[in-house]
Amino acid sequence: MEPLKKNNAPLGWMGIHRGHQARPVEWLAEKLIFLVSLSAIAMVLLIFLFVAREALPVFFGETNTALVQQIIPTAELDKHSDAEIQRYLELTPEQFKNMDKETLKTLMDVKIEALNDVPENFRNDPDAHVNTTDWKYLLKAHQWNGYDQPEYIWQPVGQIKKFNIIPLFVGTLKVTLIGLGFAVPLAVGAAIYVSQLARPRIRETVKPMIEMLSGIPSVVVGVFALIVMASVLQKIFGYQTRLNAFVAGIALGFAVIPVIFSIAEDALTSVPRAYTQAALALGASRWQTSWQIVLPAALPGVFAAAVLGFGRAIGETMIVLMVCSASVMSWNVFDSARSITTTIAAEMAEAVNGGPHYRILFMLGALLFAATFVSNMIGDFVIHRFKNKLEGKR
Amino acid sequence: MKKLFTLLAAIAITANMQAGNITVKGSDTLVILAQKWAEVYMGEHKDVKIQVTGGGTGTGFAALQNQTTDLCDASRKAKPAEIANCLKAFGKRPTEYKVALDGLSVYVNPENSLKELTLDQVKDIFTGKVKNWKDVGGPDAPITVYSRENSSGTYEFFKEHVLKGSDFAASAQTMPGTAAIVQAVVKDKGAIGYGGAAYGGGSKLLAIKKDEASPAITPTEETVVNGTYPIWRHLFVYLDPAKDKGETAAYLNWIRSDEGQKYTKEVGYYPLPKNLRSN
Amino acid sequence: MNAPATKHFRTDKFDFWSFFFSGLTGLATLFILGILAAILVNVIYNGWNGLTWHFVSSIPKKDFFDAKTTGVLPMIIGTAFRVIVMTIFVIPVGVITAVYLTEYASNISIITRIIRAAVNNLAGVPSIVFGLFGLGFFINFVGKNMDNLLHNSSAVWGQPALIWASLTLAVMTLPVVIVATEESLKAIPPGLREASLALGATKLETIWRIVLPQALPGIMTGGILAVSRAAGEVAPILFTGVAYFMASLPGRLSDQFMDLGYHVFVLSTQSPNIEQTRPILYATVLVLLILTFALNIVAVIIRARVRKKLRAQS
Repeated sequence: MEPLKKNNAPLGWMGIHRGHQARPVEWLAEKLIFLVSLSAIAMVLLIFLFVAREALPVFFGETNTALVQQIIPTAELDKHSDAEIQRYLELTPEQFKNMDKETLKTLMDVKIEALNDVPENFRNDPDAHVNTTDWKYLLKAHQWNGYDQPEYIWQPVGQIKKFNIIPLFVGTLKVTLIGLGFAVPLAVGAAIYVSQLARPRIRETVKPMIEMLSGIPSVVVGVFALIVMASVLQKIFGYQTRLNAFVAGIALGFAVIPVIFSIAEDALTSVPRAYTQAALALGASRWQTSWQIVLPAALPGVFAAAVLGFGRAIGETMIVLMVCSASVMSWNVFDSARSITTTIAAEMAEAVNGGPHYRILFMLGALLFAATFVSNMIGDFVIHRFKNKLEGKR
Repeated sequence: MKKLFTLLAAIAITANMQAGNITVKGSDTLVILAQKWAEVYMGEHKDVKIQVTGGGTGTGFAALQNQTTDLCDASRKAKPAEIANCLKAFGKRPTEYKVALDGLSVYVNPENSLKELTLDQVKDIFTGKVKNWKDVGGPDAPITVYSRENSSGTYEFFKEHVLKGSDFAASAQTMPGTAAIVQAVVKDKGAIGYGGAAYGGGSKLLAIKKDEASPAITPTEETVVNGTYPIWRHLFVYLDPAKDKGETAAYLNWIRSDEGQKYTKEVGYYPLPKNLRSN
Repeated sequence: MNAPATKHFRTDKFDFWSFFFSGLTGLATLFILGILAAILVNVIYNGWNGLTWHFVSSIPKKDFFDAKTTGVLPMIIGTAFRVIVMTIFVIPVGVITAVYLTEYASNISIITRIIRAAVNNLAGVPSIVFGLFGLGFFINFVGKNMDNLLHNSSAVWGQPALIWASLTLAVMTLPVVIVATEESLKAIPPGLREASLALGATKLETIWRIVLPQALPGIMTGGILAVSRAAGEVAPILFTGVAYFMASLPGRLSDQFMDLGYHVFVLSTQSPNIEQTRPILYATVLVLLILTFALNIVAVIIRARVRKKLRAQS
């Protein structure tokens, strides 16, 4: 590969290079290939931009979910400026322009009706005037009317919409950590076995089989967890609620085992043979070599495997969606949990398009993207460093 | 050029929306019933084509605003925001038709000795105030509460009308479908859940008392239709009033006729009482 | 690991802890294989009886929860359509990117590094985020703008559709294709390229006539892996095109579609009677599993060959 690149000096503009034949087609093709190859970068940027774009109004505090809002009586339409009415009716300038007075009036009527529809007990609720999409309510515990103490509550549907995202974070982390706690030891153990201890023939059959596990669609794992595993685990551990974060975490572990396994196995295999041979020659047993020589040498790679597994686990949707989804604020593993992915998948279809709930779901998506982005970066960086170090580069 | 384009587009749209081609979209609760209706109706009227899709009530309203569907199935009333969106899109409020009745029952495990609850007790259980069956006259065992996804119309209805707007207990297990609730209730001795009366297979349906003094009523067709069973709701169809004519109107009338209403029972809902059928 | 060479250095002393821990790692491996086996056996055992020709080849006329009349043909077709359309988009882009990375780019340039980082990142983006992206970008941005330009603002493209689901999946599976193609491109001996260039072929000709044909198995692996990954994914299509129920088969790119994976989700969570629908649920899972696994196994075999070739050279 290397020598090839050297004798291939870049072509000049439009392929015209002094002393050479002009090759415009070649030049154009190369530029095109380059442009197409940028699509991966473009996609990552677009994903972030467009997921964040739908969430922007939340970040800028432009959404308002207050149950009881200041009402402008329909008869007073003319007394207010256009801009005021437009903002009041939550219209875009374009929509506003296209609307005749009748429609505007009906819209205002709808607004008043909505207020009249609010049950009496809620109209006097102290929380009826707060904008629940304010950061304060999104992140901090609030003592809602009817509760004895400040609480973190995700109840996005109802009269007073409670959008506190903390329970979702707790749920996501809880399920993810259970999944990793289950998957990492197993996957790394298997990786040690397959890469260091197993006979070549066993290795050649076991490796593709574990890789096959990643070929099982997550809905299928979900079905298995929902129907079979939940009952089995309940029988073993005897907890009360059949579907809980523990079951979801273990099922999640199934999905990340192949990811962690293949990266860890790769890292362990790339430890130079000289290390192993030296250790064995000094009389160390195979296990001692693997545990004391190879594993420490490959530790960054194994760490990266766990980090990348974390990224995969945190974003897994269908398994958690099918197995558990109550937004409980609790770290108990046998309680239920609701992950961010579940929340998005379950609620998006019913959220009013462009409404506050819709925006918040997109914001959760953007946060999730950021979290996996960071964990991928860390994982890749560590692997990169690790490989370079093994190859003796800096 | 632009005019020509507009004209072409207009022709294309009218061709699409021609009488005889009705699209229906919305609530997953209603999709099976809507499909049943469409099938029978298409069998009787060979020139009519009806396309049914689910996706959820919210999806249906979004499609109604985008004018990609003629009828929107809804398992709840339109929200103000959705009415406003329709106004923005086609300048009028969507017309609402009630098309069926659904009785919501409260399920418990068959081994639970409890037979009836008052509405207030149901509320206390689902909001988490009551945590043990013995507080409502049952055995001494903790209660596990099963609820639907908050995206479902059933969830919203239950929250507004049974819990009177209070929040579900945070510990309530959220299930993606009624069947999942029933399954969980059947497997879990301390469980309680809610859902369509027809779905309760294997679990025990509780009789419900409006208040302490009222008689306990079990959900049956008779009690739901005559309104003595306290937890029931309408299922709706929404449409752009401008489209409420020709084939579409004929279809909607058929749905609400005796003929159309008898299919509601086949899929687990109840026919509308006569007085509700003419909007 | 060439174990035989080191064998006679070992002492004969029996080390209990070595034995114990080696055994543990072996058990971990066995356990993972056990999970795989448990899932497969469970699905096959429960799904086998439901898997009849009638089931695979019929369109559910009414209630698809009715075990006697239901079928999964529309779901199979929907899933097939979306992955085929996806392939049309993802293969060219993926292959060209891989060609750029192996044939043109220098490994140390910043832009190459960024491309690689982007590819790695794309592989790690949660599938539900792809779904949001599809909704926010393809439907709400591209589709709505297409409607404004082409259809006088009436919604044709600005709604969930087959094409948007396919494009979303194409973005998601891009890294799969890139990585597999790159791997097979690297396996081609540089001598081949040099010979071609020495004979006077241009670089483009070399790539087109010599390199790509050689890399075909790898490209195919990439495509198959992408298809098998995409076929089982549900989260990205939730808001971009899948339909709970459709009376007719999708005929246009702007239609919605039914899907096997989503149908599994629906059957397992929405059915009116779980016990009654369990046989169809398992049969549907089995169909999905057969589809994705058949593809996967083919890919694994081709890939193993490519890797062997790669190893033979290095």
